[in-house]
Amino acid sequence: MSEVPIELGFASTHEWAKQDEEGLIVVGISDHAQDALGDIVYVEMPEVGQQILAGEEAGVVESVKAASDIYSPVSGTVEEVNERLDDSPETVNQDPYGDGWFFKLRANDDRELDELLDADAYKELCESEED
Amino acid sequence: MMKKTALYEVHVSAGGKMVDFSGWSLPIHYGSQLKEHHTVRNTAGLFDVSHMTILDCSGRLVEDFLSRVLANDVSTLAVNAALYSVLLNEQGGVIDDLIVYRLQDEYRLVTNASTRDNVLQWLDSQNLEGIDIEERSLAMIAVQGPDAVGLMNQWHESIEFDALPSFTCVAIDQTLVARTGYTGEDGFEVMLPEENAAEFWHFLTERGAEPAGLGARDTLRLEAGLNLYGHEMDEEINPLAANLGWTIKWKPEDRNFVGRQALERSEKKVDEQLVGLILDGKGVLRQGQRVLTSQGEGLITSGSYGPTINCSIALARLPKLAEMNCEVEIRGKLVPSRIVPLPFVRRGKILVDTD
Repeated sequence: MSEVPIELGFASTHEWAKQDEEGLIVVGISDHAQDALGDIVYVEMPEVGQQILAGEEAGVVESVKAASDIYSPVSGTVEEVNERLDDSPETVNQDPYGDGWFFKLRANDDRELDELLDADAYKELCESEED
Repeated sequence: MMKKTALYEVHVSAGGKMVDFSGWSLPIHYGSQLKEHHTVRNTAGLFDVSHMTILDCSGRLVEDFLSRVLANDVSTLAVNAALYSVLLNEQGGVIDDLIVYRLQDEYRLVTNASTRDNVLQWLDSQNLEGIDIEERSLAMIAVQGPDAVGLMNQWHESIEFDALPSFTCVAIDQTLVARTGYTGEDGFEVMLPEENAAEFWHFLTERGAEPAGLGARDTLRLEAGLNLYGHEMDEEINPLAANLGWTIKWKPEDRNFVGRQALERSEKKVDEQLVGLILDGKGVLRQGQRVLTSQGEGLITSGSYGPTINCSIALARLPKLAEMNCEVEIRGKLVPSRIVPLPFVRRGKILVDTD
């Protein structure tokens, strides 16, 4: 079973979210997701300033195998995107919960974070999908 | 229940991520598809291709039979030589592509796994008088990359594998070693009894060859500009629009191979060709994306990221005479692309301009 940090919230579509020290919501994809996708070669990001609703398409991640949509786990305005992924998309494979983050949002309502799956529930979801 | 090759346990213990490939459980990769791709370009990779269908054809009239069902001409083959051919239906559609080896006492056809039932049914429907077709349960291992020849020399020191020309083979007891492959690199495809497969595999991995999965096999063949059945060719696509014209031997004119008449009728009407595409903008080219050219629309037949060329590339069926610059529709956006000659990469060298 892949690593699932306990401080993160997860969407059933395999994105994670957490609040950083500046109060922004950082979003990425889970270790389970990067492993299932395989070697990532391109990430399409949302625009800074773009308004996104929870569950709405926020970008695309492409591995050698296939393209996969990324959905925003919470609603908000995009404040920053991870430009490192432009030149080094493999960072998502190497460090999905750290340097491989995708974008940061100013959340419309921080309480949306509480509606996400906790680590245990997410682990369960991954296990059920593997069956 | 998926079929397992003789190397199934070897793949699982090497960390192979097993997937269903035409009913066979085979490794898509062993950790990183990109790393496996580079291994084949730089040193040597091993592929389990035992899922391929191996048919030994013999009998008094076997040469006549193959001259009739294959579009390439087997009458030119010396013993221990091989050629690539398509198997056509009466309409000129491609039932399969294959390699035919002329051995001492028979011809061996190696065809795709995905088309097995179709191919067998088709051959059965032809006049088989005086022909015997036997399906073999052999393991098949492809050893590919610049170090392949050195590894094979270590495996059997009495044979100089360096001297084995491309598209020829040598039989060693129950094993057939052919200088063929599907990667654009030097290499060998080895057909051997299933009980010897694991030992041969381990012999090579202990000497530096690394296992490579189906994922790397696909990006390697894409960079090498090689067709894949079901993508660049099928029963609906004219082979002359799929870069297969070179495999169709029109002479002698009285060799009336299956599909010949249909192809002759269609030859002048074929207005598409298979070309290489390089993506100049951002994203990844994929099968099914539309291509807009100066001469009209075309279609991507295979696309991915090319690890050696380090950008996104594709094979595409486009209108003839299309100008070099074109656009590909990726998720609703038109992204600039360029038509380039094939292959993209051969023997480790990038052959097209990527800037």
